[in-house]
Amino acid sequence: MVTELILEVSRWAIPTVLFFIPLYGYLRGVPVYETFVAGAEDGFKVAVKIIPFLVGMLVAIGVFRASGAMDLFARALNPVLHLVGVPGEVLPLAIMRPLSGGGALGIAAELIGSYGPDSFIGRLASVMQGSTDTTFYVLTVYFGSVGVRRYRYALALGLLADMSSLIAAIFICRLMFG
Amino acid sequence: MVNIIWLLMLLAGIFVAGYNGRIEVVTAASLEAAQTAVTLAFELIGLMAMWLGLLKIAEEAGLVGLLARLLRPFTRYLFPEIPRDHPAIGSIIMNLSANILGLGNAATPFGLKAMQELQTLNPRPQEATPAMCTFLGLNTGCLTIIPATIIGIRAAANSTDPTVIVGPTILATGFSMITVVVADHFFRRIYNGRRG
Repeated sequence: MVTELILEVSRWAIPTVLFFIPLYGYLRGVPVYETFVAGAEDGFKVAVKIIPFLVGMLVAIGVFRASGAMDLFARALNPVLHLVGVPGEVLPLAIMRPLSGGGALGIAAELIGSYGPDSFIGRLASVMQGSTDTTFYVLTVYFGSVGVRRYRYALALGLLADMSSLIAAIFICRLMFG
Repeated sequence: MVNIIWLLMLLAGIFVAGYNGRIEVVTAASLEAAQTAVTLAFELIGLMAMWLGLLKIAEEAGLVGLLARLLRPFTRYLFPEIPRDHPAIGSIIMNLSANILGLGNAATPFGLKAMQELQTLNPRPQEATPAMCTFLGLNTGCLTIIPATIIGIRAAANSTDPTVIVGPTILATGFSMITVVVADHFFRRIYNGRRG
């Protein structure tokens, strides 16, 4: 019941926005089509501008992942995280999450598939995937688009955000599903 | 920090691949990643154009301004250095709303627009401003109430209860959002002190 409701809400979200914003604009006397086109113009410039930053970040992440260095890193961290109650199975997901959205989604889907969506691991992986963000991608693309090179404390803050939602996810899942 | 992480990922990857006698993996992965980056950027062109077009309509119609006025108490506290009624506020609100509702593909265009607006207030264009750091922190640690993608995956895997994870996700993301707000407060102090 709840599942259907939520899936239905997300199915309707974008059509609803597409319906109401232009309608409201028209009622307020905005020349809707011309305004849309004027706003859309910027899309191309921004997308092209972020290419070098995306290439730089994705190449490093791709090499780190494909070479097996990431798995090695996960295995090295395993004993430490085991102490705080993190199951080793979800560790690759935790490491992949800030680096690559698609890669993390793949790992999460794989964990859900092999342990079952209603297992503890399956649920924990779901909450982790749903509650953290692709910090490196976001920083690369957002700062790249305006030419900012020095990130100051933004990376530390972003990683702290990921870390805190990760810890909260584990704690809450243990409490509710453990 | 980003320089060191970037270098370490690259060098560690090449070293491990070489040590395991699979150095050719590095060649394939790097070339493929470079092409993926361009594909991603090109996919973004259409999305950016569509959402920025809609955003412009919403701005002209006064919708964004209305939202910005409603949320002013929060934005004044989080972004004290952004002038009242600056367009950056509207774009930031649109980005965070999209994140909260789990509309990932709408969040990026609004976020990039917000960065452009914030850049107009930046006295040192190559360096991140405190407002940018706060915004990116909130963006990555954002409250999520509809994690739609993962619910879809769980439903596809025949879960008996795909949405059981919604409550924990709201709690975990709420916690990280609070952490970001608190940590941002301290980072701002430390960095402003250093600036002196």
